[in-house]
Amino acid sequence: MSELLVNEKEIVIPGEEVARGMDFLPSIGTFREGESIYAKNLGLLEVRKHVIKVIPLSGYYMPKRGDTVIGVVTNIGFSGWTIDIGAPYDVNLPVGEAVRGRLELLRTDLSRYFDIGDIIVADIYNVTKSKIIQLSMREHGLRKLKGGRIIKITPSKVPRLIGKSGSMVTMIKKYTNCEINVGQNGYIWINGPIEGQYLVEKAVDLIEKEAHLSGLTDKIKEMLEKEGVKNE
Amino acid sequence: MIVGETDFKKYVLGLSEKGKRIDGRGLLDYRQPIKIEYGISKNAEGSAAVTIGKTRVICGIKMEVGEPYPDRPDEGTMIVSAEFAALASPEFEPGAPGEKSIELARIVDRGIRESGAIDVKKLCIKEGEKVWLVFIDIYVQNHDGNLIDAAALAAMAALLNAKFPKLNDDGTVNYKEHTDTPLPIVKKPIACTITKIGDKLFVDANADEENVSDARITITSDENGVINAIQKGGEEGMTVDEIEKCAEIAVEKAQELRKYLG
Repeated sequence: MSELLVNEKEIVIPGEEVARGMDFLPSIGTFREGESIYAKNLGLLEVRKHVIKVIPLSGYYMPKRGDTVIGVVTNIGFSGWTIDIGAPYDVNLPVGEAVRGRLELLRTDLSRYFDIGDIIVADIYNVTKSKIIQLSMREHGLRKLKGGRIIKITPSKVPRLIGKSGSMVTMIKKYTNCEINVGQNGYIWINGPIEGQYLVEKAVDLIEKEAHLSGLTDKIKEMLEKEGVKNE
Repeated sequence: MIVGETDFKKYVLGLSEKGKRIDGRGLLDYRQPIKIEYGISKNAEGSAAVTIGKTRVICGIKMEVGEPYPDRPDEGTMIVSAEFAALASPEFEPGAPGEKSIELARIVDRGIRESGAIDVKKLCIKEGEKVWLVFIDIYVQNHDGNLIDAAALAAMAALLNAKFPKLNDDGTVNYKEHTDTPLPIVKKPIACTITKIGDKLFVDANADEENVSDARITITSDENGVINAIQKGGEEGMTVDEIEKCAEIAVEKAQELRKYLG
């Protein structure tokens, strides 16, 4: 008989036995040994039907194929760029994935397209077994972001920042008059009026601190209503 | 590191127009809480830890018996050294002391030395032969800006906390036992650093603000409002008016910080 040993949304520690029995399936942040499932990270337990996940409380961004991320150009190579997306590995954006049409590598200065310090939105196109990560900008809407700056949030808290079908981020945008672009890697690009930026940072800080508690949307709304200037 | 640095600077300046900082305080406010813990090290003659916001600096006092300098036979000496622990910030590397840590030690040293905070004549045991050497060792445990003020405050707190170790009859020091005699501290100099970003002056800049700062000036003053030491850093210049304003702010803020020393 399978049983869950820890309640959902409770904090678990690495090595803690969270469930017993073969009816449960281990997902991100957990592993199976024998009959039992154990936690891999310090985090919150999440159970969806019979799939068990641990959402880590903090940590690095682990690149996953298909994620849309925000990155900063850190280096220009012969046939591509190195991008910082907050992952512990080298991340590469080849010219062919970023520029439409043909170009002569020997005669082109790649900084014409993206220069060091530029902020881009890109998809993770491939993650190899040896953790070489390739980005792609072929899809619609993937581009260089002009101006603005980046603030950061723990990657595991990104879903809370976006909210159910984007409700949280839409609300923050509405109250702050800022453009906000959230990457799955926890980099958030913001641009807009100074007071708005200040409020966005405050909201993100609050989410960072209280992501594991419920009623977050109402709390953020209250904070924004008190301090914000509503967009008429 | 903050990416999009130019835009971050615009943001900091934009907020300062309205008298606000990125963490919500006013331009001339120290972060809270400011905390001083005394006697954190058993083996030191005196020690203290200072926490300002997320910045944490500890300081220990060690004392040895040694020879005085030939030109000052009746005076004890003091030596300040600072070390940035590699775990304090991603910017710090282990190894030989860098430019920043040497500068930090010198600013703290100058404040204490030039104010005459320690009555060095009372550190003399036998003129020309034996005096007390006071070692002030500063360790940065966490770096979130304004290390200088935190270090100077920690050094002062540790000096006030220090007691002389017992001196044996044969002239060696018994570090296991301490006398009740505190060090001869006659003044309490406090450093206050003012950071200039654009044309605005900030007190107690955090690490993000320091990254986009144009200049900084550290002014150390004692309880009578006498300025003992000044150190200017950063690439940009400062006008005479600005420096006068800084001096006013620093003396006032130093009085505020001095209350924490008790």
